[in-house]
Amino acid sequence: MSDNGSVEFGPLSLHVPEPAVRPGGTPDFSNVTFPDAGSVRRPDVDTNPEDMRDLAFSIIRVLNPEGEAVGPWANLLTDDQLVEGLRHMMTLRTFDARMQIAQRQGKTSFYMQHLGEEAVSCAFRKALVQGDMNFPTYRQAGLLIAGGYPMVEMMCQIYSNERDPLKGRQLPIMYSSKEHGFFSISGNLATQYIQGVGWAMASAIKKDSKIAAAWIGDGSTAESDFHAALVFASTYKAPVVLNIVNNQWAISTFQGIARGGSGTFAARGLGFGIPALRVDGNDYLAVFAVAQWATERARRNLGPTLVEYVTYRAGAHSTSDDPSAYRPKMESEAWPLGDPIVRLKNHLIARGAWSEERHTQTEAEILDTVIAAQKEAESFGTLHAGGKPSARDMFEGVYEQMPPHLRRQRQQAGV
Amino acid sequence: MPRKTMIESIRDAMDTMMERDENVVVFGEDVGFFGGVFRCTQGLQAKYGKTRCFDAPINEAGIVGAAIGMASYGLKPCVEIQFADYVYPAYDQIVSEAARLRYRSNGDFTCPMVVRMPVGGGIFGGQTHSQSPEALFTHVSGLKVVVPSNPYDAKGLLIAAIEDPDPVIFLEPKRIYNGPFDGHHDRPVTPWSKHDLGEVPDGHYTVPLGKAIKRREGSQLTILTYGTMVYVAEAAAAEHNIDAEIIDLRTLLPLDLETIIESVSKTGRCVVVHEATLTSGFGAELAALVQEHCFYKLEAPVARVAGWDTPYPHAQEWDYFPGPSRVGRALVETLEGL
Ligand SMILES: Cc1ncc(C[n+]2csc(CCOP(=O)(O)OP(=O)(O)O)c2C)c(N)n1
Ligand SMILES: [Mg+2]
Repeated sequence: MSDNGSVEFGPLSLHVPEPAVRPGGTPDFSNVTFPDAGSVRRPDVDTNPEDMRDLAFSIIRVLNPEGEAVGPWANLLTDDQLVEGLRHMMTLRTFDARMQIAQRQGKTSFYMQHLGEEAVSCAFRKALVQGDMNFPTYRQAGLLIAGGYPMVEMMCQIYSNERDPLKGRQLPIMYSSKEHGFFSISGNLATQYIQGVGWAMASAIKKDSKIAAAWIGDGSTAESDFHAALVFASTYKAPVVLNIVNNQWAISTFQGIARGGSGTFAARGLGFGIPALRVDGNDYLAVFAVAQWATERARRNLGPTLVEYVTYRAGAHSTSDDPSAYRPKMESEAWPLGDPIVRLKNHLIARGAWSEERHTQTEAEILDTVIAAQKEAESFGTLHAGGKPSARDMFEGVYEQMPPHLRRQRQQAGV
Repeated sequence: MPRKTMIESIRDAMDTMMERDENVVVFGEDVGFFGGVFRCTQGLQAKYGKTRCFDAPINEAGIVGAAIGMASYGLKPCVEIQFADYVYPAYDQIVSEAARLRYRSNGDFTCPMVVRMPVGGGIFGGQTHSQSPEALFTHVSGLKVVVPSNPYDAKGLLIAAIEDPDPVIFLEPKRIYNGPFDGHHDRPVTPWSKHDLGEVPDGHYTVPLGKAIKRREGSQLTILTYGTMVYVAEAAAAEHNIDAEIIDLRTLLPLDLETIIESVSKTGRCVVVHEATLTSGFGAELAALVQEHCFYKLEAPVARVAGWDTPYPHAQEWDYFPGPSRVGRALVETLEGL
C-alpha cells in the first residue's frame, strides 16, 4: 500500500455546503419547487410505506393562491373550527410579541418566538386528544395555546415569578404540563425525540390507546438521538408521530448542513421503512389534514409516521440572536409559502366566514386578553422584581426525598 | 500592548495557529460563516477558507468523533461545543476514544485535538447554559483539562493546547469573556480593556499546560481556585481583610502540585473554591491532595466552597452561585479554626 493513497483520480477536496445567498445578496427560492395546492395524492392510512415513498419528496398543500381549499386533503374542518384556529395563531403571535418586549424590558432573561411557524403547533394540536403526549421543542407553544393552557401560567413560567409552576428552576419557555399533554422541555436538542418513542411504546405495552408526538427542528435531526428514535419507532412500530419542523435555519446554520445529500428531511424516514410526508407548514389546513392522517395511523396501531413541515423562521432564533449577520434581511418576505395567519384569514374571507373588520376587531380583542394575562402574571413578579420563588425551592425536587447532604447544604445556605 | 477580551484572545490564538500550521482546522455548530454564538471564530472562515473553518451539523458526538478521525490522520482539530452543557452526547467519544487512543494503540494512533466549550454560570442561562463539568473530564485518564481566567492566559493556554500531542478539554468561563466578574452581580463589570490581564501580545506565545500562577501572594491562607472564581476569591479576601495567597490553577490536569504544596505549607490553611457542584467535584481531589501532602502543616481543615448539589436553577441564580459572601464566610471560618 502506498502511503499517499491511489493517485489514479487526482487529489480529493472537501465539500462544504453553502446557502444560496448570504447577507447583501438577493433572496432566491427559484430553485425550490413547490407543488400546486391539491396536487398531492392522499393514500389510505393503511397503505404500505413502500407504496408512498413519493410523499417524502413532495409537499402536501391545501390552500391555493386564491385562498381556496383544494384537493384530496381539503375540507376536514368547519368554518367555526377554522376561525378558532385563526384565533389560536393570532393569540400565539400576540403572546410572542408581548413577551419579546417583556424580555427587552428586563422582565425575563430570554425568549424564543414562533413568528411564521404558528400553524404547525396550533393545527397539530387539534388532531390530538386528552391523554396523548407531545415531546416538544421550545418552538411549539401553539400546542399549549390551542390546547387551552392558561396564558397566565405560561407567563409566570417565563417570568420565573412566585407563581411559576416550575419554581424558577427552568429557563423561560421550557414549560411542562402533563395535564395538557406537554412533556417537560429539556433544552438539550433531540434528546426527547427518542423519549417520545419510548412513551408511545409504553402505551402499546400497556394496551392503552394514547399516542405520542415527538418534535424536532431541521438542525437537530443531525443529532444521534433523532436516528435512535427512528430505529426504535420502526422496529417496534411505535404509535408515535415524528415531527420535523424545517424552518430552514438552525441559529445561523442553513438546513443544508443537517440535511446533507438527502433530498429532504422527510426522506430520512424511508431507510427505516417509516412512511414520510412533507407538508406546507404555513398552511393551517394542510398541517391539520396531515396531522390527522398520521395520528390516525398511530391510533390504528399501524406504527409511526415521519412528517416534515416546510416553513420558515421569520424571526430571530432567540432574543440572543441577530439573523442579519448570516442571512439576507428580506429573505423572510421572499419565502414562497407566505404567512400562515394571512393565508388562513384570506381563506376564511374567501369562504365568506370572515372579514377584514372582524379580523381587526379580533386582533384588538386578543391583544386585550394577552395584556390582561400579562398584567395578572406580572402581579406575581417578574425575574428581577416582585415575588419570586424561594431559594428553598432550589433544593426541593432534586429527589423525591431530600437526602441528608442536600439538607445540610440547605441549612448552610440559611434558607 | 493591545488589550483584548477573552473572546478576542481565544480567536487570536486560533488565528495564530491556523496561520502557522495548515493542519489546524476549526469547526463546530455555527462557527463557520457566523463565527460562533459567542463570536470566538469570527472571521476565521473568511481568512482561511471553508475547509479550514466550517459549520458542523448539530451532533456533538459527530463533532468530536470526526475531530478524532482528523487528528489521527495528522490534522490538529480545534473544535467548539456551543455550551459545555451540550457536550454529553460527545462524552463517549471523549472518554472511550480520544482519551485512550494513544494508550490502546501503543502510540500507533494519537489524538492531538482540542475541544473548546464555554462553561459556568452567572448569565441567567438556567440549567442548560451554566454548568461546570470539569470533574467529568479530570476523572478520565488520558485527557488534559484547562480553565483560563483571563485573556492573556486564554491565548497562551489555547496555543499550548493546540500544540499539545494529546487531547485537551479547554473550558472557557463565559461569564468572564468580556471582563472579570467578582460575584457582585449588582455592580458594573470592568471590561478587559481596563484590566492588565487584558493585555495580549500579538503573535505566538504559550502559557505552559500544568503550571499554576499566584494571583496574589499572602500569608494567612491559601485559596485554590480557577476561572471566574479567581475574581470572586480576590473580592472575598479583600472584603474580609484577609491576607490570602490566591492560586489560579489554570490547568487542572496535569496539576501543578508543587505550587500548591509550597503555598499551603507556608500558610497552613487552605480553601478550595469552584462553581461546579460539591460532591465528587474537583475540589475533592484538591482537598485530598492537600491533606496527603501537607497534613502536618495544616492548622485547620481544608474547606470547600462550591455550587450546591442541585441542577443549576434559573431564578435563584445568586442563591446558587458561590459568591463573595459564601467564600468570605469560609475564609473567616478557616482562619478561626484551630
Ligand atoms: C445538544 C444541544 N446542542 C446544541 C444546542 C444549542 N442550540 C440551541 S437551538 C440550536 C439550533 C436548533 O435548530 P433547529 O433544530 O433547526 O430548531 P429551530 O431553532 O430552528 O426551531 C442550537 C444549536 C442545544 N440546545 N442542545
Ligand atoms: Mg430550524
